[in-house]
Parts: sequence; C-alpha cells; structure tokens
Amino acid sequence: MEAYLGYLLYFLSLATVGGIYAIFALGLNVQWGFAGLFNVGIVGFAAVGAYTYALLTTAESTFHYGGLDLPLPVGMFVAMVASAVIAGVIGLICIRLRSDYLAIATIGIAEIIKLILKNETEVTNGPRGINKIPRAWEHFSEERFYSSWPMSWFNTPDGWAVFFDALPHWWWQPCFAATVLFCMYVIYRMLERARISPWGRMMTAIRENEPAARAAGKNVTARRVEAFVIGAAIMGFAGALFAQHLRLIEPTNTFDPAKVTFLVWVMLILGGSGNNRGAMLGAFLIWTIWSASELMISGIIDLAGYVFQTFDTGVLATRAGFLRMMLIGILMQVVLQKYPAGILPEVRPASPRSNK
Amino acid sequence: MWESFGFEFVNFYFIPGLVLGCIYALGAIGITLTFGILRFANFAHGELMMMGAYLTWTIMAIATAVLGIAVHPLLAAIPASIVVIYLFFWTDKFFYKPFRKADTIKVVMASFGMMLILRSAVQVIWGPNQLTFVPGIAKPNPSLLGWSSDIGAMLLIPNKHLFIFAGTILFVVVLSYILNRTRIGKAMRAVSDSPDLAHVTGIDVDQVIRATWIVGGVCAIAAGVFLAMDIQMLETTMGFRMLLPMFAAAILGGIGKPYGAVVGGLVIGLSEELSAYPWIGDAPLLSPGYKTGVAFAIMVVMLIVRPQGLFKGRSF
Repeated sequence: MEAYLGYLLYFLSLATVGGIYAIFALGLNVQWGFAGLFNVGIVGFAAVGAYTYALLTTAESTFHYGGLDLPLPVGMFVAMVASAVIAGVIGLICIRLRSDYLAIATIGIAEIIKLILKNETEVTNGPRGINKIPRAWEHFSEERFYSSWPMSWFNTPDGWAVFFDALPHWWWQPCFAATVLFCMYVIYRMLERARISPWGRMMTAIRENEPAARAAGKNVTARRVEAFVIGAAIMGFAGALFAQHLRLIEPTNTFDPAKVTFLVWVMLILGGSGNNRGAMLGAFLIWTIWSASELMISGIIDLAGYVFQTFDTGVLATRAGFLRMMLIGILMQVVLQKYPAGILPEVRPASPRSNK
Repeated sequence: MWESFGFEFVNFYFIPGLVLGCIYALGAIGITLTFGILRFANFAHGELMMMGAYLTWTIMAIATAVLGIAVHPLLAAIPASIVVIYLFFWTDKFFYKPFRKADTIKVVMASFGMMLILRSAVQVIWGPNQLTFVPGIAKPNPSLLGWSSDIGAMLLIPNKHLFIFAGTILFVVVLSYILNRTRIGKAMRAVSDSPDLAHVTGIDVDQVIRATWIVGGVCAIAAGVFLAMDIQMLETTMGFRMLLPMFAAAILGGIGKPYGAVVGGLVIGLSEELSAYPWIGDAPLLSPGYKTGVAFAIMVVMLIVRPQGLFKGRSF
C-alpha cells in the first residue's frame, strides 16, 4: 500500500508541474501561436509573477520587503497584472519593429529582471531568495491562516490544529493538483473562445498576411500588443503557481532560462503551435519525458557504478543533466525542420457563414 | 589633476572599459554581419565564442601534456579557430540552411535552440566547473609603468590588456582591408545592402555566406579568447553573458555596419565600466551589479529613438 501511495504522489506531482508548464505553454501560444510574436523571455515574466505573488502573500519577514500577508487570490491577480504591465511596456517599444528585435528585447528584459531580483537585496533578499511561500490548500494548515478570518469563524485554532493533525500529511497534494488542472482548463476554455472569435481570426490574419490585415483596416500594432500582454499575464499567473509549487524561490537556479524559457518553447513547438490542446499535450509530454529521463539516467549511472566498481559516478551524474538538455535541444531542431506543425496542427476556425 | 582624479579613473575604470569594449566590438562584428547578410539575429554567437575559448584551452592542455611546453593562448587559438569555423559551417548547413527560404523567425528559433545545444555540449564535454588559461595575478607591464611614471602618469596595464588592444586594432585593420579592397569583401557589403540586386549582378551568395561565417567566426573566437584572458577564467555562462551587450553594440552601431559594431562595442564597454565610477560623491553612480543593465538601457533607448543605429544601418 505504501508503495502505491508513492506512485500516486509521484503522479500527482507530475500532473501539478505538467499543469503549470501547460499554462506557460498556453500563454506562449497566445503570443507565438496566435500572433506570431517571438518571446524568448518567458523566464522573466515567470519570475515577475512568482516574486510578486511571494512578496504579497508571505508572512511578515525581516529578510525581504513586506510579506504583506494578503489573501492568495489577491497575490495571484497582482502577479498577472505586474507581468502584463511589463509586457505592455516592452510591446509598445518593440512590436512595431521586426520580430528579431522583440526576441532580443525579451531575452534582455528577462536578464534585467533577474539582475534586479539579485541586486535589490532589501526587497527580494537577493540570491538567498524567499521561502515559506504559501501554497494553495496546504496554507490552511498554517497557523497564521487558521487563527484569522475566515477560518476562525468555523473553528478555534486548537480545533483546526487537531483537525489537520488527523489528516494524512499529503492531504493537500490531490487538492493542489486539481486546482492547477482546473486553472489550466479555465484558461484553455477562455483561449478557445478567443481563438474562434473575430479577435482570434483577426490575429491569424495579422500573422499570416500583415499588409492585407492592415489594408482591411485592422490596427495591427494594437492587436499585437494585446496578444503580447494577454500571453504575459497568463505567464505571470503560471509563475505564481510555480512559486506555490516550489515554496522557495531564488533568482538564479529557479529561473534558469534553459529550464523555463527553452522547455516551454519545445513544449509548444512539439505539441503544435497555434493549437491550444497541442500546447497542453506538448507540456505534459515533455514534462513526463523530462522527469522520467532523470530517473532513468540516475538508474543507469547507479548500474554502471555497480558493474564497474572503480567508476567515478559523480562526474557522470553531474553531466547527465546537461546531456538531457542537449537531447531536448536536438529534438526541438528535428521537430522544427521535419514536423513544423507539431503533433496537433493548428485548426482554422470555420467562418460563421459556413457553420450552419 | 592626475594625482586626484586621473590615476584611479584611467587605471580602474577607463582601461578596463576599453578592454571590455574591444571584446564586445569583436563579438558584435560577427553579429552585425550575420544580421546584415543572412538577415537573422544569431543567438548562438555567444556560445560559439565560448566554444572557441574552450577549444583553445584544450589545445593548450594537450600541448602541455604531450610536448611539455606552455603555449600562449593566442597561438593555441589559431588551430582552435579552424575547428570553430567548421562548427559554424556545420551549424549553418544542418540547422540554418533548411530555413533560408522560409520565414526568418524560424532561423532565429533554430539559433536559439543551437544556443542551448552548444552550451549543453560544452557542459557535457568540459564539465560545469571553471577553468583558467594561466592562473595567478597579472602584473602591470613594467616598462610601460616605468615610462609612464617618468612623464608623470602611472599606467598599470598588464600584458594581457596590451595583447587585447593590439589584437583588436589588428583585426579591425584587416577587416577594413577585406571589406574595402578584396572582391569577396565588396560582395559582402553588396549583399548586406541589397541581396536581390547583388544576386542579379552575379554575386555568388553561397560564397558570401561562407565568407561571413569565416570573418564573423574568427572575430568571435578572438573575442572569446580575449575575454577568457581578461577575466582569467572560462565558464559555461560566459557566452550568454556576452550576448546582450553584443546585440546592444550591433544595434547601436547600425545593423550590417561592421565599423558601427566596433564603435558600438567600445561605447557599450566604456559606459558599462564608467557607470560604476563615483561621478557624484563617493558612492558608485550605479551599483556594479547593474553593469549589464547599462547595455540594455542603451539598446532600448536606441530602439525607441533611432532603430537604424548611429551609422544608418538597416532597420527592419
């Protein structure tokens, strides 16, 4: 029974992180799949979302600014707004130029955001990061939540403490996974609605043939900035979920461009850019491959260490992770060249007239 | 004057800024040529720079192990540059060429993927730890110090910096000769100005592309080796850290303008170092942690005010 519980918890964490990456991929799909905007600064928007959420919702702390102790949904919402505002500024500057400039500017802003997080130690605790970030559901079992409203209306703090002690220690895991997947589903439904709406069709028109869209009287620049901002807001939301999942964030290793920006790109390209279901499928697929290969590689290294007793497995173990990154990179190149449409190719919405 | 202001300013801010500027300038030449001639922003350029430095280190290590002699990094860089140029050709053939007729953003994506592949390859082969060409503290050149002390200005310039200055000047002179006097250089400028017109006049575009990779590649390796000499270490993030200032230098100078890239590189390098000088009061004007931010700020201002750059490059 214990063993099955282990498998269940592994599956749940796979679903949780896969779901968070799926939300990132959906956000990128609005920018790249819908509007054709090349954003290589996903990690920056993720960091803004995560840090905004962390600073607003943690308990008061001497290590970093505030710890404003605000309710979790407020933190999530402000994370989205902060990410969207930054995207709006970049968008207004770069979107009228060719896509290469947007790529350079986004990779730049991601680095600058990390630089600020690292250097403003008064606000962000610098490289040591922020810990004890409240995670949805699990936070109910923290004293500062159950001793104040609204939880204090239902039970006394002591009563809550007894109640949470009675639950198994992993009780929040299924709830958190379900919440992440529910958020993903809601965002998916909203984006599907946007895709088949006139707005979505206008996006496709702008992406495929900009002069024609302009000639038809569409405000190309404004629509592009819109798509960029919406995508970034979704990424900020995913970043806040990421912070909840990790509970400890710091600027360098948590927000490594290779592990956030690059993985999300591979997910979207493999799944099928322009297709919301493809984005989600790619996210779960790549995340499963990514985390399963970690287990497999460490298994192989252990085996090698067992067979060849004199083998130094330490060197191999540190380098295997980089090999995995390299293989994922090659996978991306192959998909880009041979299967540019991805697993689930983009489906154009039928025009309303033919949809009788 | 020199006592109160000059000594510290020149030796600790101006000279290091100039050194950094030379490195950015050499790197930005390759970026601006690829952007102008092949028409895409090459995100893998910094990683190829780093690859050149690592190969140079390997050749030095082999020379020490097999022949028992310590080779200067600049000598070891010559065979390394041949390997890296083939690497440039190889990435172009397998990863960039299939997209040449397609939308340019596909090539940018491919180069973005290439950046990660090359960096992981370096991490797999050489490991994630820092390496160094020559350990130890670099002493200032004694004869320069003696001569400058005689005229009342103390210059503390180590030999490695003199090599970097001389090397950069040499590269820029050779580059200007190639671009202005040779047939292939003129063809490169023609393709950069107007690819269609160049094609009509019978210029072999494939040959021009090969020449672009060679010129950009040699400059990139020089920049990578100079950087490793300057900071006295090799690490796997050094290429990525150079990328943003190099793009900023290329945009500042004007895309497709190699001289612009040189000027842009020097301006970015100097302003990064000088931003930390205590211009007002005793504290640094800008915390040294934000040096990279200076390059980015200059780039953003250029994109708003004058996207074609100082030297009227292309703006797309």
